[in-house]
Amino acid sequence: MTPGSSAEKPAGTASAGPGNSFVWTRRHLLGLEDLSAEELLYIFRTAENLQEISTRSVKKAPALRGRVMVNLFFEDSTRTRMSFTLAAQRLAADVLDFSAARSSVTKGESLRDTVRNIEAMGVDTFIIRHPAAGAPHAVAQYSRCCVINAGDGQHEHPTQGLIDIFTIRERKGRIEGLNVVIVGDIAHSRVARSNFWGLTRLGARVTFVGPTTLVPRAFERLGARISHDLDEALKDADVVNMLRIQRERMTSQEFPSTEEYVRLFGLTRERLARAKPDILVMHPGPINRGVELASDVADGPNSSILRQVSNGLAIRMAVLFLVNQANSQDGAGPPG
Amino acid sequence: MIGPVGIIGRLFLPPATGGDRLPGVMSAASASHVLLDAAGIAEVLERLAAEIRAGLPEGVPIALIGIRSRGEVLARRLIRLLEGLGVEPIDHGTLDITLYRDDLAEIGPQARVRGTEIDFDLSGRCIILVDDVLYTGRSVRSAMDALVDLGRPQAIRLAVLIDRPGRELPIQADFVGLRFSEPGVPVTVLLTESDGIDEVRIG
Repeated sequence: MTPGSSAEKPAGTASAGPGNSFVWTRRHLLGLEDLSAEELLYIFRTAENLQEISTRSVKKAPALRGRVMVNLFFEDSTRTRMSFTLAAQRLAADVLDFSAARSSVTKGESLRDTVRNIEAMGVDTFIIRHPAAGAPHAVAQYSRCCVINAGDGQHEHPTQGLIDIFTIRERKGRIEGLNVVIVGDIAHSRVARSNFWGLTRLGARVTFVGPTTLVPRAFERLGARISHDLDEALKDADVVNMLRIQRERMTSQEFPSTEEYVRLFGLTRERLARAKPDILVMHPGPINRGVELASDVADGPNSSILRQVSNGLAIRMAVLFLVNQANSQDGAGPPG
Repeated sequence: MIGPVGIIGRLFLPPATGGDRLPGVMSAASASHVLLDAAGIAEVLERLAAEIRAGLPEGVPIALIGIRSRGEVLARRLIRLLEGLGVEPIDHGTLDITLYRDDLAEIGPQARVRGTEIDFDLSGRCIILVDDVLYTGRSVRSAMDALVDLGRPQAIRLAVLIDRPGRELPIQADFVGLRFSEPGVPVTVLLTESDGIDEVRIG
């Protein structure tokens, strides 16, 4: 399926064609690995149609009025939490913030008890970030609430993947046939995994680039290309997504020296000049300026970094809306 | 002149005369489920456009905003007719009321966000809201909530193709194409642009 086939028609229920008859049924968003192309495109279409709200003088619509979202964060995050909070508020939901550092988790409460207790207050959606892969999936099994994975260990970060793919689609007009290069600590990156699943599903070719210690060969079995030569990979790249190198990783055995990393895998203006002139430069943030990305490239004309942040709002609004609609009591069609 | 109410009321009587029927309105005997065919819709829209033109305020910019999806189609057609009557310029917009519905929780996964497309400032304009059928009034309530979130229109007026009984809110239309007076009978509007055929069906 191509993005072009998702063109809107003013069709109602009576004339719903194949593109319009799709119904979103998931009440959780746990990862992009098992989403179909149709589901991905449906999220994008919903996000496009929600963007208008952010351009108004009253930046709010009452779709989720009376619903409560909980940011359940067991790992630090500022922008993801802010983005989810603002997205929920634009749809008029109420938001509760939970962070593990200031909670009874420090007193030994289990994830299950934490969820059960907050759920008993009458909330509707958990937005979960957890250092353990699969934690949101576990909650989804025993909770009646919607669960959105906001990053679980090294496993997935589905909304970031959606944001990146949505931004590529917006700038390039398509996903199918594009060469997308993802550079950095692939082994430990949930953003790389979510991007890979979604991009591959929509027909892009993904190349992972980084030092041998940080780019496992195992990804080849899943259909990714592996490279340790950024200049070679950039030759036919339409998009390059520079992942953040985490400070704690820089001192580990797996990591070359910072100088060596910058020389081999940092995206500089000189390196970019040898790539396609319309190459899209992405970064999920926060940037280590001068490490994975040179400042003039981050702020240059090829960069879509701030656009990714703006799109994050629309994507998260769409996801919040869709999972909550799927979790509504009654699945009957709208009355005439 | 016989008002539209009388004409439609007669549909449910035995088709005794039929000589003075409004062109395009089918008789109950031939096809009781079709209320208006393409010619009938065209005629009702022409009358509606004339009514709107007569009711327009002086010196205030006008915009027609259709409620998705069939109100959007009707608004486009009405603009063409109004331009034919010498009224211009008229802005056109489309309103998606999904996020404003009071029955979102009951609709569930079927709810589809199609987006609002209004690329002008509502402030100071006279907005004519266009929908296919006015029934409970809840769609119009949602549409008005959505409009006031977008700006402060000078006035909001309501134009509908069909007005059927069953109001649940204190909302009435300013411009009505056809009043259908039978309570409890569903009315479906089909339009070529969205449904491949111009037809109003009942039952």
